Amino acid sequence: MNKIFLIIERELLTRVKKKSFIITTILVPLLFAGLMVVPVLIQGVKDDERKTIAVIDRSGLAEKALQNSGNFTFVFMPDAALDSLKQIFNRSNLYAVATIGALNEKKQPDIDLYAFKQPNMDVQRYIERGFKDAVEQHKLASYHIQGLDAIIASIKTDIRLKTFIWGKDGEEKATNTSLYMGVSYVLSFMIYMFIFMFGSMVMRGVVEEKSSRIIEVIVSSVKPFQLMMGKIIGIASVGLLQFVIWLVLTFGIVTVMQGVISDPAGIENIAPAMPVDDSIFSIFSMLGSINFTTIILSFLLYFLFGYLLYASMFAAIGSAVENEADTQQLVIPVTIPLIIGIFLMLHAFQYPDRSLSFWGSIIPFTSPMVMMARIPFGVPFWQVALSLSLLFATFIGIAWVAGKIYRTGILMYGKKPTLKEMLKWINYKN
Amino acid sequence: MDLLIANDVVKRYTNHLALDGVSVSVPTGSIYGLLGPNGAGKTTLIRIINQITAPDAGQVLFDNRPLQADDILRIGYLPEERGLYKKMKVGEQALYLARLKGMSRRDAMAQLKAWFTKFEIQAWWNRKVEELSKGMAQKVQFIVTILHKPKLLIFDEPFSGFDPVNVNLLKQEILNMKAQGSTIIFSTHNMASVEELCDSIALINKSKVIVEGKLDEVRRQYGDNIVEVAFRGDPAGLQQALHGEYTLLQQKEQNGIRKATIKITEQKPANHLLQQLLPQVEIVGFNEIIPSMNDIFIKLVS
Repeated sequence: MNKIFLIIERELLTRVKKKSFIITTILVPLLFAGLMVVPVLIQGVKDDERKTIAVIDRSGLAEKALQNSGNFTFVFMPDAALDSLKQIFNRSNLYAVATIGALNEKKQPDIDLYAFKQPNMDVQRYIERGFKDAVEQHKLASYHIQGLDAIIASIKTDIRLKTFIWGKDGEEKATNTSLYMGVSYVLSFMIYMFIFMFGSMVMRGVVEEKSSRIIEVIVSSVKPFQLMMGKIIGIASVGLLQFVIWLVLTFGIVTVMQGVISDPAGIENIAPAMPVDDSIFSIFSMLGSINFTTIILSFLLYFLFGYLLYASMFAAIGSAVENEADTQQLVIPVTIPLIIGIFLMLHAFQYPDRSLSFWGSIIPFTSPMVMMARIPFGVPFWQVALSLSLLFATFIGIAWVAGKIYRTGILMYGKKPTLKEMLKWINYKN
Repeated sequence: MDLLIANDVVKRYTNHLALDGVSVSVPTGSIYGLLGPNGAGKTTLIRIINQITAPDAGQVLFDNRPLQADDILRIGYLPEERGLYKKMKVGEQALYLARLKGMSRRDAMAQLKAWFTKFEIQAWWNRKVEELSKGMAQKVQFIVTILHKPKLLIFDEPFSGFDPVNVNLLKQEILNMKAQGSTIIFSTHNMASVEELCDSIALINKSKVIVEGKLDEVRRQYGDNIVEVAFRGDPAGLQQALHGEYTLLQQKEQNGIRKATIKITEQKPANHLLQQLLPQVEIVGFNEIIPSMNDIFIKLVS
């Protein structure tokens, strides 16, 4: 028993010490977080410089439209010529010159902005918005209808449907279907990727031991089954460690991001540049309606059991060949159920309660992906329990069979076996 | 006293019989040569001793009791097809393999340091195996095989891939292990090293043991009753002395000394021949010609 721990330790340490592990585990989430956080932060950076903009107005609306603000000072020069302003531009410390044309047949002015350097977006948006409001006001006024402002304001409509789930104890929970769909899609895809990634890592490890011929030395110290399970569990620990690190980093990042976004100063900073989109806030509040403990726990269990099942099969295949290239054909029967699982998942995350989704989430080979797609929508406990027990029982059975193939395969050199031959090895007496 | 006894071991693979009632007895403290052509079943027998595979029938006794799972810790095995993890560092890997053989980390570390110093390879400790030459890697592997001071050592072609200097170094270490009480099973196709090292041998051919016994006895057993007489004098006198009772196989002259190889029989043993020769020629040398293991191997296998 002691030896299996030695094997697990080696499998874990040799992988964790690799640069590639450190990079994917720590750098990737940071990079990802950087991509999300940096733009928000950049938008939040306040441009403190006061900008003076000369305005040559022919529309008569400019003084109403362009109010001086903290950042912008507008100087109205209705009689100035654009050319002369251009001459004095640098000396007079102007930021830009705006020319507002007379109102055209659509009762809209043409607005042009001149400067020696590209004016920033804030200025452009500020001017556009100011004129949009002013022109709308102007148009409304031109109808000469009493109280039109109030009428317009009163007919503005914003309809949003909210969904609520009744809990067993009668409480109501606000929910969001598209959010759940997103979460379930991402989760089951991650399960698929993890199983594939770490499963083939097991297979490569087995092939490596066989092709480097260290295998005979090792099986003269430990039982082949111990070696196989040690490798599988060792690599599972790599996966779990990576997952935990990702989880911690993600929580850290989300907390920081929530801090940035819900910080009142932060909002104020973003607000002028970006129309306030309350969907960001509602997503955060909806995320609260998801039971993260259940999701993380079931993700871990389904990843672990699903991985164990598939890794055993990957190990058996690795044992039969001497180099990685030879695995391509043999691996097909193992990848097919995984891919079926992905297809069922694509169905299940849209229709979590249909019978196809149900059976897909109970049958062991597809259940890790399909159940993970259903879980964010809420799945009765007995279904999860049944599915997990079946998955684990199947793992035990498959591991037993894989162990038989493995112990024969690792000592076979020469011709690449067919699947049929490999299945015959199950009955070999070793 | 035999450390290892195999009784009537049978091992069948799908389409051939690898071992057909093989029985061998390996005396404690000896070097035991396991010989045989390729595919004879030597590796299968070695794997059974190492419990890598199990026999279909028969029994293996280790220290006078049936082989048990933890006997693996008392056996050191250097397979013919050997290798190490290429990406792992030498020291780390040696430590790992030693611990798999049941050594504690501290013990393994101390022993490894001693061996690395003895073999003057301390500088390799932190290098990856892929940076070593084949011979260097084999040296590491040899150390790992003997590190836990097993009662039984099994070497399958231990000298392949080594230069003559290192072959001698290894031979010396094997003899040291024997002097310290280890029993060694030595499988090779190099008959010269068998004659040099082995106390006993077993020759396996076509899944069966065809000869087993002490090396000297086996060689004598397969001697063809040929003696070589070195003498001074008249070759005709020799001819006369043989009386037609003995067959003269060969005669040659070297530096005034003639050497004749003569076949003797059980009815007419060597002493009788000498009596006949003494009056005729001046005898300077007389010895029995013992066949080399190489000759015996070829004779028995072909």
